[in-house]
Amino acid sequence: MKIHEFQAKDLFRTFGIPVPSGKVAYTPGQAVEVAQGLPGPPWVVKAQIHAGGRGKGGGIRVANSPHEVGKAADEVLSNPLITPQTGPSGQKVRQVLVEEGLDIEREFYLGIVIDRKLASPVMIFSQAGGMEIEEVSSKHPELVLLETIDITQGFMPYQARNLSYAIEPIPDKEVLKVFSAITSQLYKLFITKDCSLVEINPLVITKSGKPVALDAKINFDDNALFRQKEVAHLHDPYEMDELEVKASQYNLNYIRLDGNIGAMVNGAGLAMATMDLIKLAGAEPANFLDVGGGASEEMVTNGLKIILSDARVKAILINIFGGIMRCDVLARGVVKAAKEVDIKVPLIVRLEGTNVEEGRQILRNSDLDFSVAKDMEEAARMVASQVS
Amino acid sequence: MSILIDENTKVVVQGITGKEGTFHTRQMLAYGTNIVAGVTPGKGGQTVEGIPVLNRIRDAVDRYGANASCIFVPPPFASDAIFEAADAGIHVIVCITEGIPTLDMVKTAHFIGKHGSLLIGPNTPGIISPGKTKVGIMPGHIHKRGGVGVISRSGTLTYEVVDQLTRVGLGQSTCIGIGGDAIVGTSFIDHLRWFKEDRETKGAVLIGEIGGTAEEEAAEYIEEAFDKPVLAFIAGQTAPPGRRMGHAGAIISGGKGKAEDKINSLKSHGITVVLNLGQLGQMALEVFKDSRTSLAKN
Repeated sequence: MKIHEFQAKDLFRTFGIPVPSGKVAYTPGQAVEVAQGLPGPPWVVKAQIHAGGRGKGGGIRVANSPHEVGKAADEVLSNPLITPQTGPSGQKVRQVLVEEGLDIEREFYLGIVIDRKLASPVMIFSQAGGMEIEEVSSKHPELVLLETIDITQGFMPYQARNLSYAIEPIPDKEVLKVFSAITSQLYKLFITKDCSLVEINPLVITKSGKPVALDAKINFDDNALFRQKEVAHLHDPYEMDELEVKASQYNLNYIRLDGNIGAMVNGAGLAMATMDLIKLAGAEPANFLDVGGGASEEMVTNGLKIILSDARVKAILINIFGGIMRCDVLARGVVKAAKEVDIKVPLIVRLEGTNVEEGRQILRNSDLDFSVAKDMEEAARMVASQVS
Repeated sequence: MSILIDENTKVVVQGITGKEGTFHTRQMLAYGTNIVAGVTPGKGGQTVEGIPVLNRIRDAVDRYGANASCIFVPPPFASDAIFEAADAGIHVIVCITEGIPTLDMVKTAHFIGKHGSLLIGPNTPGIISPGKTKVGIMPGHIHKRGGVGVISRSGTLTYEVVDQLTRVGLGQSTCIGIGGDAIVGTSFIDHLRWFKEDRETKGAVLIGEIGGTAEEEAAEYIEEAFDKPVLAFIAGQTAPPGRRMGHAGAIISGGKGKAEDKINSLKSHGITVVLNLGQLGQMALEVFKDSRTSLAKN
């Protein structure tokens, strides 16, 4: 789960990680009020959306008067923000973060992720702040320092020193002290809140010699939200596609994509493979939808409902591998679902696995207009031919 | 031969009194799995499908000689169940549970490492040595005893692959779901090493997906050290970056984990990659034609 920068900075404050003075605003008027309560000029008005690359899309503005703050907030709030990560239609901005502007001396990158292979958290530090860390690590890998953290010991003081004494030139003692505190507090936040990623890019040292987290990004482990109730409250449904919100209410794994073939599959791996086959057949999937390895009749019905509420869908492919769950049971589910929801687009069904013949018979005998494919390849070809 | 489990494996089911636990205990028994006990704390003394229920894994090991476990415990308690199994000396721990917090798995992985147990999963369909035993939830009847070792990060996708193999007459020595989460107990390489030593295994099928770099690491290992033919498939060529595709581990992040990179890496190490899943069975016949893979020929 992702959260907004202003929410991440609130969490930073609770953990004693220094951030610029600032507050979220939902209208230009509020933005002006916030600015007037902060040190400045200058002030910075920052669009609050989850997608990155906000600066490139004009979502981060510097303002030198309260009037300019209002104007910047108005512009950012009234147009969808298009960044390299939002897609061409952009993302509506519902709130801005207004902050004091700071004079920056130096910029760094500091982050924590889980290294899958080592099964450990890893702290990442780079002196090339402000740049995407992926770019730094591919162009200047020597600038990226990694500290693997032993989960049973936690982040050790020597590890903070490994990073801070690598800074050239070495900052003065007071700065180093705060820097070390930031590293250990960031780790504490990561562990306490079940994060999957925390990132400060850039972590700056101001001209007056203060380390400050100028930006803040936190992703949380979805699997841990059951024990992170406060974190779960930070979820912003407006950042999600409407159908994705609806699907999550049905406990379905659904991701909206750009094509026009609705796909419903049981199991995540098979769902991905089915999307790939649709593409190989020359069409584009409209979604990823996994109704679960042991898909029930109810899941199948709900899945179909979600796909059918997507107006772009021109044909539907249902691909089910009946394992423990028998194909005849699933076929009945599909027939029932198809009767419940009015299907106006071609529907291709591919069933395989336990009791497959009975399942296919049920589909054939129904008065519904199905095409039954004999294998995955044929199914993908059949569904693609409907839209070409 | 087969790897990790066979007809002599004695299984304890953790969470046996739950809906899933009971259902799959019945399925495993029907397949011939030697389930010696079940564990549900507080329900010791009951029986499920004639299997004694105990309060502690320790008792399953001491009294019944259990050496493998199959976990159907809900996510908040699953990590504790794995610790308990490892501490009791269970050799192969199969954790079916999906949705365990990543940090729980970080701690669990370190603990397991110290105890010498093997963890299959979490978020796995389990492991099966066809014709001998299964510890997991996969449909047994689609499998056939033979010489192909199957290693996968997925569930139903693996069934699809196994079904195709069986249809073209290629049986399997052992099929393992290593798990769909970011942190899992064993890697492709671990299983390839075991398959390398297994005489019955004549070749391997690798089923990977987006996220992480496990397939790339496996590709290097195969070229260097694996002397049997390998066929690979990677799911998620059309998956968008930054989105979790169902499995917690199936996500392209920080420019890492793309299907394209994995496919290129496998190919560059001389491994045959099937791009069209529908053709996997036929491709397998081709790749394994020189090795005596089906039991019929053994």
